[in-house]
Amino acid sequence: MPESTQSRETSLHAVHKGLGALFTDFAGWSMPVRYASELAEHKAVREAAGLFDLSHMAEIHVRGAQAADVLDYALVGNLTGVKPGRARYTMICDADGGVLDDLVVYRLADEEYLVVANAGNADVVAEALAERVAGFDAVVENRSADTALIAVQGPRAVDVLAAATDADLGALKYYASVPVVVKGHEVLLARTGYTGEDGFELFVPAAEAPALWRILTEAGEPHGLVPCGLACRDTLRLEAGMPLYGNELTRELNPFAAGLGRVVKFEKPGDFVGRSALADLAKADVPRVRVGLRGAGRRAPRHGYAVLSGDVSVGDVTSGALSPTLGYPIAMAYVDRAYAEPGTKLSVDIRGRIEPVEVVDLPFYSRA
Amino acid sequence: MSIPQNLSYTKEHEWLSVVDGVATVGITAFAAESLGDIVFVQLPAVGGTVTAGEVFGEVESTKSVSELYSPVSGEVVEVNETTSDTPEVVNSDPYTEGWLLKVRLTGDVPELLDAAAYAALTQEN
Repeated sequence: MPESTQSRETSLHAVHKGLGALFTDFAGWSMPVRYASELAEHKAVREAAGLFDLSHMAEIHVRGAQAADVLDYALVGNLTGVKPGRARYTMICDADGGVLDDLVVYRLADEEYLVVANAGNADVVAEALAERVAGFDAVVENRSADTALIAVQGPRAVDVLAAATDADLGALKYYASVPVVVKGHEVLLARTGYTGEDGFELFVPAAEAPALWRILTEAGEPHGLVPCGLACRDTLRLEAGMPLYGNELTRELNPFAAGLGRVVKFEKPGDFVGRSALADLAKADVPRVRVGLRGAGRRAPRHGYAVLSGDVSVGDVTSGALSPTLGYPIAMAYVDRAYAEPGTKLSVDIRGRIEPVEVVDLPFYSRA
Repeated sequence: MSIPQNLSYTKEHEWLSVVDGVATVGITAFAAESLGDIVFVQLPAVGGTVTAGEVFGEVESTKSVSELYSPVSGEVVEVNETTSDTPEVVNSDPYTEGWLLKVRLTGDVPELLDAAAYAALTQEN
């Protein structure tokens, strides 16, 4: 894949080049797609640990006396209910209930939150928050350009971090964050990730990312840590049944269709953007729902392929791959409700060949 | 990236070696590297025919599907069965163990690139 000269580069670009990364354009960023073998990188995350550059993600801070209130208004989740030091998966919707982005929001302090948005939606989310803050005693500050994000994911991630920081990692729960010092670098350390494994995400000033990357590489060496690109990140999150914006989530879809209606907190007080539309959608029968599909052989259903019941098209594949961990094809798809029950036998049109699949529960893979 | 001197190449990143009217066809190391880890190879049946410039199969990597174009016309006399169980052999050894098919030529061999010309082509890429 030729490297685009138009793409933005993260502060780790030279490090990736030095490691022999192959780059791909992703949401306007030149990102490592893999360093050597994406299957080996995938396996490393499942069995040891992987190191990811996620600096293309957006970091938007919301601060002020009404920071909690503005996020309760701007997002579908109950952010007032998040304790300082904890994080929550949520979404930002438009007035029609369409999903603008899915987010992880960290409450850093009583009056400060960090909203992490997908790279491709960085501007949409920053602009929406900037609009929605009007009238609230809070400020929105987009610090994406100055913030790097590095993830360490896998069963040995805790060993890797323990070798680099004196912080009490045992006390850091899943979906929690804490400021720590990693060999002289002040980072926000979060126990979050997008791989289905235990792991950490480290927010650091962009200029310090290369030094932090080296520290983690060194700390991880005895634990099998390898640098990982976006290719394996995608197969990891697919196995874990996690939605990808642009595939399983779009502005044309709402949280209920995605099977993620639980993120919409109608019980929170006050109005929020999309409440009325989402309330109607919650009552209506969603025509198509997100399901998992399991195939046979090695041929994978892929994004955009038709899901069939007999000759009738009953859905579309949104993501699919030959699962590196499980060894059979897996896919996520939106299918008509009547065909969404686990065990339902369907098929997928894979470039003209009709291959049998079965509806299965998500996720495909859960760590032991 | 290795480009053996004794093979011929197409602009579509296949390699070709002709012995006694039978062409052995594979994809180049450059193509395999560009695709990423190959997880599935679809090849035609032995006894079938392939036509120069037309699709004869597919290779799938984790992230992509690529069609394979035949550089020659003829009858398929052998396909590399190894690639069905261990498609990764196309990544690890594209020029020997990872060959794809053997074709008994029925037409002329089209104009192909030598190793130097193919090296120049991949440099441009």
